[in-house]
Amino acid sequence: MLHIVNKAPLTNSALENCLNIAASGEILLIEDAVYAATAGNAFEAKLREAMGRIKVYVLQPDLEARGMGDRLIAGVATVDYDGFVNLTISNNTCQSWL
Amino acid sequence: MSDIKKFMFVNRKAPYGTIYALESLEVVLITAAFDQDVSLAFLDDGVYQLKKGQQTKGIETKNFSPTYRALEDYDVEKLYVDKESMEERGLSEDDLLVPVNVLSRAEMGALMDQQDIVLSF
Repeated sequence: MLHIVNKAPLTNSALENCLNIAASGEILLIEDAVYAATAGNAFEAKLREAMGRIKVYVLQPDLEARGMGDRLIAGVATVDYDGFVNLTISNNTCQSWL
Repeated sequence: MSDIKKFMFVNRKAPYGTIYALESLEVVLITAAFDQDVSLAFLDDGVYQLKKGQQTKGIETKNFSPTYRALEDYDVEKLYVDKESMEERGLSEDDLLVPVNVLSRAEMGALMDQQDIVLSF
């Protein structure tokens, strides 16, 4: 299944709550959640740990808007809006961690 | 101006994900027009507002980050960044759009205590 998170990791627990539940599948980080996938942030270790069992994507336009286009953690994939749609199609279910 | 007050704008939200950062800037500019003593504090996710290299074409949203560079034209020159918040986010002063004063949490708290008016964003 696809998990979608849109909150920054250090001031909101949505991503951590998601990672606590999600055993496998895919996670798409959008809006302020893209900061979780930037090098050197304090949530990086937790995201890397999750990447061992879950495929992580970020929405590239949201990363670029925040000036973080050159800071993506290696191993995180980027998607554009078409890629976002494709993820929702290729997965049977989606959970948005609002 | 006889009645100058110390205003602090406390910015704690990342840009674009919510409207807070943009709204704060709007009110800062209004306040500056009334010749008040204006300070901007950036803490927690608010530090992200000052990140260099923001390119918002892809999200079809106005890139308001150049406005931070224009603040000195309005005599808004007191910009304070919380050191711990910056470092937790993998950022350094070189990553920021404008020159800032970097403060410890204790210093930031003390500065907040000295204000006449605190506006929270």
